[in-house]
Amino acid sequence: MTFYLVAVLLAALSGFPGLFLVRRGGEVAGGLLGLAALLGIGAAARVLLGGPVPELCLPAQPLGSPGLLRLDPIAAWFLIPVLLLSACGAWYGIRYWEDPHGSPRRVRLVFGLLVAFLAVLVAAAHAWIFLLAWEGMAIAAFFLVITEDRLPETRRAAWIYLVSTHTGTLCLFAAFALLAGVTGHWELGPLPQGFAASGVGTAAFVLFMIGFGFKAGVMPLHLWLPPAHAAAPSHVSSLMSGILIKMGILGLVRLLIWVPDPPLWWGELLLALGVLSGVLGVTFALGQHDLKRLLAYHSIENIGIILLGLGLGLAGRTTGHPIVAALGFAGALLHVLNHSLFKGLLFLAAGSVVHATGTRNLERMGGLGRSMPWTSGAFLAGSWAICGLPPLNGFVSEWFIYLGSFRALALSRWPWSVGVLTALALIGALALACFAKAFGTVFLGTPRSPASAGAHEAPLGMRLPMGVLAGACLLIGVFPVALAPALDRAVAAFGPGLPGISGLAGLPMLTVLALALVALALLLGRWLGRRPAPGNLPTWDCGYAQPVPRAQYTASSFADGLVTGARWVLFPKVLAARVRGLFPKPAHYESHVPDPVLDRALDPAFRLGSRGIAALHVFQTGQLAIYLLYVLLTLLFLLIRMVV
Amino acid sequence: MSQSLVSTVVNLILHALTVLLLPPLIPGLIAKVKARMAGRTGPPVLQLYYDLAKLARKEAVFSRTTTWVFLAGPVGTVAAILVASLLVPFGQTAAPVTFEGDVILFAYLLGLARFLTVLSALDTGSAFEGMGAAREVSFSVLAEPALFFGFAALAKATGSLSLTAMLHTHGLASGGHLSGPLILILAGWGIVYLAENARIPVDDPNTHLELTMIHEVMVLDHSGRPFALVLYGASLKLVVLGALLVDLLLPRLAQPWMDWLAFFGGLGLLAGVVGLVESSMARFRMTKVPQFLLVGVLASGFAFLLLLV
Repeated sequence: MTFYLVAVLLAALSGFPGLFLVRRGGEVAGGLLGLAALLGIGAAARVLLGGPVPELCLPAQPLGSPGLLRLDPIAAWFLIPVLLLSACGAWYGIRYWEDPHGSPRRVRLVFGLLVAFLAVLVAAAHAWIFLLAWEGMAIAAFFLVITEDRLPETRRAAWIYLVSTHTGTLCLFAAFALLAGVTGHWELGPLPQGFAASGVGTAAFVLFMIGFGFKAGVMPLHLWLPPAHAAAPSHVSSLMSGILIKMGILGLVRLLIWVPDPPLWWGELLLALGVLSGVLGVTFALGQHDLKRLLAYHSIENIGIILLGLGLGLAGRTTGHPIVAALGFAGALLHVLNHSLFKGLLFLAAGSVVHATGTRNLERMGGLGRSMPWTSGAFLAGSWAICGLPPLNGFVSEWFIYLGSFRALALSRWPWSVGVLTALALIGALALACFAKAFGTVFLGTPRSPASAGAHEAPLGMRLPMGVLAGACLLIGVFPVALAPALDRAVAAFGPGLPGISGLAGLPMLTVLALALVALALLLGRWLGRRPAPGNLPTWDCGYAQPVPRAQYTASSFADGLVTGARWVLFPKVLAARVRGLFPKPAHYESHVPDPVLDRALDPAFRLGSRGIAALHVFQTGQLAIYLLYVLLTLLFLLIRMVV
Repeated sequence: MSQSLVSTVVNLILHALTVLLLPPLIPGLIAKVKARMAGRTGPPVLQLYYDLAKLARKEAVFSRTTTWVFLAGPVGTVAAILVASLLVPFGQTAAPVTFEGDVILFAYLLGLARFLTVLSALDTGSAFEGMGAAREVSFSVLAEPALFFGFAALAKATGSLSLTAMLHTHGLASGGHLSGPLILILAGWGIVYLAENARIPVDDPNTHLELTMIHEVMVLDHSGRPFALVLYGASLKLVVLGALLVDLLLPRLAQPWMDWLAFFGGLGLLAGVVGLVESSMARFRMTKVPQFLLVGVLASGFAFLLLLV
């Protein structure tokens, strides 16, 4: 417990010394967060390897000494990515956020506080601590999103985020109050049998789904996610996408552990939301031109995959198929860790690109692989992992969920599992298309703008954190066996009698085949021999001697086939001038895929609402006498009511 | 004990030899059938072997736009499909590597091959290669569910999750209740087979207009040894995916050597069928291809539904 508490304290204080230092504030903060990560991950690893579960209780007797913080296996499992990613992000931020416009000191201060709140949240064992940390996390993240507040787009994103998160928090307050009404205390823990089936239980579940769904970015509550992730500094986006949205998942995981007998429809709802978020998330990602918005939609997709795992696990537990439950929960938990690693990596790499080119627009990039080989390698590793391609970590967690749904298919007549299978297959193919587009347009080909032609590689301080994350992705992907015992211990929290997944025969085979793949690739590479010094030869372009960069396939054209194919969900907005006459004027073409909830539903609804409210302006004349008349009339009305 | 060990080793060697040596024969067979149908003599059946030998001796030419990714394409594709081939049973003998869930790894290794081919195409910066890459990833979005519906149906039918057990249904040969679903799976996967291997009516490997190609246009810039890998990888895919189809059809025979012979015969037959399909129909317009693939999805989807009831 001491290690963990010291880690929290170090993280909270990491930004303070920098306030008073003229220079090296970033290094101090990075050092403190690094130390916090070492201590905290040490404490978490001890718990996950079978050590005792440390607990912090309030000493005061009158209150019955409630537990405040408990570093159980689930908390430990979530704590590891929190601290790892934040340490990497802090180190990355030293060189990344030197920008004179934003204030690096403020960012460092709030970043440290955010990490501390996150670390407290994962171990919260009391509703008040949970809500306190939840709110602290939300507000700290708000201050980080609004860092570049001189841009109107950033201010808008931050406000949308703030409103969404508070709507969610409101639901959580109500939900926790309902729980406290049933158990009689605010300590979090197992709920009584039959609670889930009761009306109160259903209400609490719906409220929790809304509250946690907002945070996790589950469709259709994802509306804050794309703008906020795009507007925040990249190391903050990395932490938000990698960790912050996972806190919604953490909440759901806790809920599923507390409730002993959830009805089957809970699992089915999770699966339906998982399919919706997963498939729509990646489909909307395909239509984006903004690199960071694209990654943000992929976070929604991955939350969908995690929900598929959770839903499968829950349904398996309810219907009495422990192996399905274990595989589903294991897949979900492992995907939480995996996604935070590869999405963190992708956002950091995207940050380097934005840093180097000054734009987030895919159509203005190209050919960066030549000038930024390390960043391009990092982004490739992240893309590889997020598409679930072997031998990186994304494959392993998706493999668990696939296995679980195949097992469910063989064991029962329950039709949902085939939905999970095909949704995962579809998501996989679409994600591959989307990352081929993203990596291809940013790093391959030739530069499409002067800014990307003059791009420079990120400094070592930014490359190292990316290297650490990429290494972690590769390690988990090639040696999943090593992680299995820890995962088993976390999965065991979901209920007694769940079998371990470390006994799966396939796990060591994945290692063997991954090594075979690498060995074969090296062998074939050797056979190709050294690449000769490049002659100054152009690409074969079917007869054009001087291929120009503008003639390359763009991100929009790459995705056009799929976007058009899915136009009945995407509704892309296309502005194209008709080209007419023999000597047409310069034409202009634009296409966007607006967000279905924010841009298509809420924006018009609120605009309509505010227009309706504008009708009330009639009463707001600005003349004091009239207002006094209103007061008089009101008083008169009340008087009459009292008398009659 | 020792006898089973010997037979395992022999099967392993046969498997390796099949994977390494047989693939270039298949495109040759297809081309021969097409030529005969058109009343021509056609190139020799072994033409692709000659081509590979020639390319292996040639110098490769690289455009100034390309980076290491350009070479990672052919290398990674062949490596991924070779590893995937370890998971597929050839005929009625078990695959060299089997474990629960290998079917998912198999599908994702093919995905990896596709990913690297596409990146390698985009690395050239050519608009035509970008076009081919975009088509490849778009069509695979429909091919993937068709493949997985088939896997789901077979998993339901056999209660297993390993390719070896899933493909050894003997259902069609024994005429059991599985014949209906199996025919549907064969139809769905047949469409996937044509699409994934860039054959008519989805793509035409012999077309001469870059604008209309899918797979061929992605490898326009490859030459020399990298191009040899591309060609070998494509023929390997014909064998590995073909094994899925052939295995479903084959009955179990008395002797292992008969099983192998039947498997090779089946592959030859498959090449003949592909050749006949290619001779008898033209390729679809690009906009019709998704509808064709959708038929594949529906066929294997119905196979699954039939098994559910």
